[in-house]
Amino acid sequence: MATSTGVSPRETKHTSKPVKELVAATVRFCGDSGDGMQLAGTQFTNTSALAGNDIATFPDFPAEIRAPRGTKAGVSGFQIHFASKEIFTPGDQVDALVAFNPAALVTNLVDLVSGGILVVNKDAFDEKGLKQAGYEESPLEDGSLRAYQVFPVEITRLTRLAVEELGLGMKEADRCRNFYAMGLIFWLYDRSLDPTLRYIEAKFGKRPEIAEANRRALKAGYNYGETTEAFASQFRVNKATLTPGLYRNIMGNEATAYGLITAAKRSKCELFLGSYPITPASDILHELAKHKNFGVRTFQAEDEIAAVTSAIGASFGGAMAITTSSGPGIALKQEAIGLAVMTELPLLIINVQRGGPSTGLPTKTEQADLLQAICGRNGECPVPVIAARSPADCFDAVQEAWRIAVRYMTPVFLLTDGYIANGSEPWKVPDLKALEPIEVKHPGPVAEGEVFHPYARDERLARPWALPGTAGLMHRIGGLEKQDITGNVNYEPANHQHMVDLRAKKVANIALDIPQQTVMGPARGKLLVLSWGGTYGACATAVRDVQEKGGSVAHAHLRYLNPFPANLAELMGNYDKVLIPELNKGQLRLLIRGEYLVDAVGLNKVQGKPFSVYELVNKINELLA
Amino acid sequence: MSTDTSTSLPVLTANDFASDQDVRWCPGCGDYSILAQMKKVLPSLGVPREKMVFVSGIGCSSRFPYYMNTYGIHSIHGRAPAVATGLKAARPDLMVWVITGDGDGLSIGGNHLMHAIRRNLDINIILFNNRIYGLTKGQYSPTSPLGKVTKSTPMGAIDNPLHPLSIAIGCEGTFVARSIDTNIKHLGAVLKRAAEHRGTSFVEVYQNCNVFNDGAYNYATDRETKADTTIELEHGKPLIFGKNRDKGIRLNGMNPEVVELGKGISEDDLLFHDEQTPEPSLAYLLSRMSYPEFPEPIGVFRAVDRPRYDNLLNAQIVDAKKAKGDGDLEKLFMSGDTWTVS
Repeated sequence: MATSTGVSPRETKHTSKPVKELVAATVRFCGDSGDGMQLAGTQFTNTSALAGNDIATFPDFPAEIRAPRGTKAGVSGFQIHFASKEIFTPGDQVDALVAFNPAALVTNLVDLVSGGILVVNKDAFDEKGLKQAGYEESPLEDGSLRAYQVFPVEITRLTRLAVEELGLGMKEADRCRNFYAMGLIFWLYDRSLDPTLRYIEAKFGKRPEIAEANRRALKAGYNYGETTEAFASQFRVNKATLTPGLYRNIMGNEATAYGLITAAKRSKCELFLGSYPITPASDILHELAKHKNFGVRTFQAEDEIAAVTSAIGASFGGAMAITTSSGPGIALKQEAIGLAVMTELPLLIINVQRGGPSTGLPTKTEQADLLQAICGRNGECPVPVIAARSPADCFDAVQEAWRIAVRYMTPVFLLTDGYIANGSEPWKVPDLKALEPIEVKHPGPVAEGEVFHPYARDERLARPWALPGTAGLMHRIGGLEKQDITGNVNYEPANHQHMVDLRAKKVANIALDIPQQTVMGPARGKLLVLSWGGTYGACATAVRDVQEKGGSVAHAHLRYLNPFPANLAELMGNYDKVLIPELNKGQLRLLIRGEYLVDAVGLNKVQGKPFSVYELVNKINELLA
Repeated sequence: MSTDTSTSLPVLTANDFASDQDVRWCPGCGDYSILAQMKKVLPSLGVPREKMVFVSGIGCSSRFPYYMNTYGIHSIHGRAPAVATGLKAARPDLMVWVITGDGDGLSIGGNHLMHAIRRNLDINIILFNNRIYGLTKGQYSPTSPLGKVTKSTPMGAIDNPLHPLSIAIGCEGTFVARSIDTNIKHLGAVLKRAAEHRGTSFVEVYQNCNVFNDGAYNYATDRETKADTTIELEHGKPLIFGKNRDKGIRLNGMNPEVVELGKGISEDDLLFHDEQTPEPSLAYLLSRMSYPEFPEPIGVFRAVDRPRYDNLLNAQIVDAKKAKGDGDLEKLFMSGDTWTVS
């Protein structure tokens, strides 16, 4: 068992600067996509997590790998919200912004709170940099930043100076600048350098000169905060009171991959992933490909269709079959998902949603594939749909999706999104002993001449998962309509009606096998906020905020979108109004209105960005007024 | 516990491979012959029925799995090679056959066919080439000749046809062969060779659609002409054909030419077939020989050995387990920094 690394005791600091305690703070690093902002963000995240804070992060990067340097198109950012209380979002606005160039400043300044800390790399504010960002005059000199505490730091020059003795080239020296900025922000928030020093050793240990340069840059940035008179005080965010247990930081896609490996073990199935690279889902493929020692087979297919159909082939062979993609790729898979419905084979289809339609916003988040998941195929083609609500929750959502897939012999959609896939939060490492097996049954061999019925059903209407290699169970399945029980091709009118009804009933019955919907807040009241997927954090925070001010509002967050929990209608009836906030044009609302005739109100946003808490609070207050 | 550890298989016959479903191809369809030859060949392979899976896409040929008393998947249009890839990757113990056609395999499923062949999984792909869309009642296919008049090309087809075997060779195929539906002895032998090849076997079968494209291969099947219009490839043997076996194929620079034996030309001057040569040029050259300029070769064009995807994939799992030990969830969860909240 790995031991908890924890945080090593810090040396007593000899600083005269006062330390202000904060309950929560939000920091954003932004710069060119080659400036290492994602790394700076993840290091700060891990350090804060190890310091015991609750955290939530939001990386935001362009679709272009390297847009021209210094342009607005190439700005990449990473936001971290860390707190000594429980938090659910990466924060609406930032308290401290680190901008590596004018383009990063101009695109990110809007989110900095009035009076917030603004650290800029002064060296990047030259004529060219300003022009690329569209500045006529330097904002550092024209007084336009008066509302903020501005700290122009010569990050480039000072980094070069810090690594001068190591004899690196200019390019390599400049690559250490993000560590300089990290050092400064680590000082500002009174953070230990140890986790990052360990990271440097692990990552660059084989290139000692690079490791040393990064160490020196990190420490130089830290010392800059400590020794110059620019910064008057430090801040400290104390440990949060989380549920006791062992924690680690985890990103959504990583949690999905871990969840898949775990579900495979629990069900004693060998995992097969058929996948085609697509943003923002590829990291699930990358993560699973690392873990072949778990018997994981990853297949990078020639296209999205081969990805899902190879998974169907693997499922027929008895594997835990998965396909992962994002919206456009899912659209390509839909015919094959229909085949999985018809052949009644277990299959997980994971859609890490992104902005659409078409290629849309590849690196930005959206929830606009709910209807695609529920209605996106030809014919009457019901597929259970489950959505994860946060990065760590992807782990649990996968367990539930696979349980349903094998229990009901059906493909299952799992919806996550770019926001939770790339975001991270502390994850309470599950107790393995508490994870019960997921039961999978395969019929055994039968004697020659005995009849096997591949479409006979159990009490849940699931058909048997008979595997090739089993003597006597030879059978053929396919996309043509099946005769009830025998599974032979059949076009008779009454049989088709019966089979369509059966498939629908099988999926509808899952409602009896999932938990009742719960609410956070009063069981009756003026307003119910009904949400699903990655908006959980913002909705929970907004509802909590309004509740604390006495508002009569409750929150129900749906994990199960098809079928809905059995008590949902009754539950909604306990409130005067229902608000459904979604990052789409009202897809859940359409389903709720259609299914229950509930006149729900929508709050809908499609800007490639998650909800801000204040947007939700405003809407809730408007409806309560 | 039985003392008899014998694992010998019961002797099966062609009938044991027939499913209980009525065969519904049009009377006179070439598919019947291919089905019959398949049922005849399978018992000779020493593989139990339950270890065999037939995978198909959509089209007349793709109904094939329903008629076999083995496991089977009648999947969706063009995707059979991908379904088979997933199945074979997950279950290397199974013998996997893909049944496809010229539309299914070369048009809508061209991409999957290409990649299945290059990956060289140990599967057998049989492409029934009738040069027409039969199930949709008579549109031209990717192998229909230029000028072909069909329902969708009333003024004649204007797209250049594909040569299935050229495609397979271009995709790095390790086993590439051709046979003809009515040449049952030859067909049976080619299917057996395909089954025995380790790696992806690709077999094109000239198949007559007597409803929508009747007689497309008359030149190659007619008793009177077939000896002059086809040439049977034999490894290590010169390319000789003709009713009187008096004609041969000679290389003139990079190009094949038809020559008459005698008159100063002996067998030694002819092109000798070598299915095992690593360089695919010869097989490609043979795949380009078309009637009426040339007799069309039948038999095994290419049979070489190359690593197989299914083997390599599973070897990586073995290697990973050796290097890192059997997957341990606790270790996985604890990778990276952890902290305890008490």
